[in-house]
Amino acid sequence: MSAAWAAVISVGAGTVVLKAVGPVGVAGRRLPSRVHELLEMVAPAILAALVVTETFASGRSLVLDARVAGLAAGVVAVSLRAPLWLVVIAGAAATALVRLLS
Amino acid sequence: MPSGRGVRRGARLAAPVVPAAAALGASFGVLARTAHFDAAAAVLMSATTFAGSAQVAAVSVLGAGGGVAAAVVAALLLNARYAPIGISVAHGFRGSVARRLAESQLVVDESWALSGGGTPSFERPILLGVGAALWVAWVGGTVVGALVGQAIGDPSALGLDGAFAALFVALLAGQLRDRRRVAAAAVGAAIAAVLTPFASPGVPIVAATAAAVVGWRRG
Repeated sequence: MSAAWAAVISVGAGTVVLKAVGPVGVAGRRLPSRVHELLEMVAPAILAALVVTETFASGRSLVLDARVAGLAAGVVAVSLRAPLWLVVIAGAAATALVRLLS
Repeated sequence: MPSGRGVRRGARLAAPVVPAAAALGASFGVLARTAHFDAAAAVLMSATTFAGSAQVAAVSVLGAGGGVAAAVVAALLLNARYAPIGISVAHGFRGSVARRLAESQLVVDESWALSGGGTPSFERPILLGVGAALWVAWVGGTVVGALVGQAIGDPSALGLDGAFAALFVALLAGQLRDRRRVAAAAVGAAIAAVLTPFASPGVPIVAATAAAVVGWRRG
């Protein structure tokens, strides 16, 4: 089985369980609010890490390449409140343009 | 499925976000193809995982040469929020285990928020209507994107690697609601940057989860 299929099946099965924990497994109880608060902090931490690795990582090196233009275009698009799909296109277009010109 | 007006009302409430879900699903399909996912794998992932940031995270870790374990852990950490989110609406679900299991899969951020999740006025039929409309848009978009992505020759010439960075910036911006989340994000970014030269791709992202404690302790 390829890495992609292994990831699809594992992430899919894990997510089904995570979503079912409440509606199937719990009857009206709540997690302690401190646990809830900790889990809420996970998303910003991981998403910021993904911004860094998707922009600057190349294998085990940190590099500056055309992806920085994609990041910059993304920041501009987000600050202009563009919808997500437009942010994605802006990032791809800026990266492709810099690569074409360099 | 519970019949009725509530579900249909939920589907109508979802209308403003349905085009965005379809477009983002298409983006995911294209990006998954660039990371060497079969079209069928991309579509199956959207149908079962049905959570954008986790799916893109798994695809990007594998696309960068990371291992399956790092990709799965990063994605499931992003989806860990669905445990407390599901618990906050658990009291509204009725019926057999199979039915509750099926219905629970329609819990996503938008369906939870639009149905009043976590408040006393939570309405499960609305959650189901919003969730079902978004699921169709998300999976349908992925089918289109995966098939288009199949036709794409060199993904780097189209800048698709830069699109990942832009997409994560947008998802991150939606998270930065207060200083605690900004602190968690800043430390998470620093951990990833510092570890990248020393660890396999994917591991720095998993390690960055530790930054969640920074935002938490400030609370």
